[in-house]
Amino acid sequence: MPDEKKFTVLDLLDLDLKEQNALNLRCIGGRKGLSREITTPDINRPGLALSGFYESHAWNRLQLFGRGENAFLKMLEEAGKTDNLEKLFSYPMPCCIFTHNLSPGKSFFSAAEAADCPVLQTDLPSSEFSSRVLRILGDIFAPQTTIHGVLVEVYGIGILLIGDSGVGKSETALELIERGHRLVADDVVDIRCVNGSILMGQGANKVIGHHMEIRGLGIINITHLFGVGAIRDKKQIQLVCGLEEWDSSKVYDRIGTEELTTEILGVRVAKLEIPVKPGRNIPIIIETAAMNERLKKMGYHSAKEFNQNVLRWLESENARALYFNRDDYL
Amino acid sequence: MTEVTVSIKNRAGIHARPAALIVQTASKFASNVWLEKGTDRINAKSIMGIITLGASFGTPIRILAEGKDEEAAAAAIQALFEARFEED
Repeated sequence: MPDEKKFTVLDLLDLDLKEQNALNLRCIGGRKGLSREITTPDINRPGLALSGFYESHAWNRLQLFGRGENAFLKMLEEAGKTDNLEKLFSYPMPCCIFTHNLSPGKSFFSAAEAADCPVLQTDLPSSEFSSRVLRILGDIFAPQTTIHGVLVEVYGIGILLIGDSGVGKSETALELIERGHRLVADDVVDIRCVNGSILMGQGANKVIGHHMEIRGLGIINITHLFGVGAIRDKKQIQLVCGLEEWDSSKVYDRIGTEELTTEILGVRVAKLEIPVKPGRNIPIIIETAAMNERLKKMGYHSAKEFNQNVLRWLESENARALYFNRDDYL
Repeated sequence: MTEVTVSIKNRAGIHARPAALIVQTASKFASNVWLEKGTDRINAKSIMGIITLGASFGTPIRILAEGKDEEAAAAAIQALFEARFEED
């Protein structure tokens, strides 16, 4: 979101957040400044700045005023020291936020109005507000990309199906849904890199929601056809399956001990290349891939374990042959 | 890579029927075709993708094509935009 379109203070107020995510913000002053842009997903407690120390002052962050800062402001106002405020508002801060439903004195409001700096208020305590706002801004400012593919959740594993158009991504997803798995997004998957290592995928557009386009059928509504149990809003991408037309000249992985990965937004994700040809039941292969992925996460790697057993068996055969001093054992 | 910029000339914007027309046209060509609105780039062979763009009347759209028949592909899609998707 932040790259082309600016994320403004008004956007922050307009965010549709629920219950434990709500910021409960409202604007109590400096309305003209609501179009100010928020450029960094971070907050600053302006205590030092209020006392007149401006070295390394992080003016470009959201300025958070808690009980302490508010008490200090009161003290300043009573003492009639308003130069500090003028100096504070000479920086183009995105906004000032007061927690605990606190509101500052008149001189603060007039300085804010004069500088067109929005003043917001929330009923949350400072610590709770900071952790919420940092999490929310972190999501908004996370690196983002859009991929042409289908995101499904199979046995709890988020699988991104990619491939050329017409290879059967949507049909595969439909069969997976029919078998009790969930659709996250069809065709256009928005991916955000959260916390630097988690790839969160979701549909690009709420209006289009969980619809799919199936050749020959047209556009279908998955929620209505299969129920709310068949959909999910977002899901971490844990496996990428590339579907491609069977190419007889290409060598496909036959053992599975080598693990392919692909990179999305700088994060490595396991990848499988699955050749498609009539008679190959792709949904069942994907289902099995998901279960195999779960096994791997639990520490059991089918292909490696199998190969180790073979090696162990060969070794014991060799040992036996050596022991009996026979070259033609068996 | 062939690149053409067009704007949407039919009042209703790109809804389901124009999206289907674009996909049908794009699918006739071997080249990869994309549509771009602002920073969003989507595959022009995907109906849901095109609808997701949310392209309304007057929006500038960039047509990008890459492949052996890219010029013909871009021209065919440009013609659809110019003909207002046979609407209005």
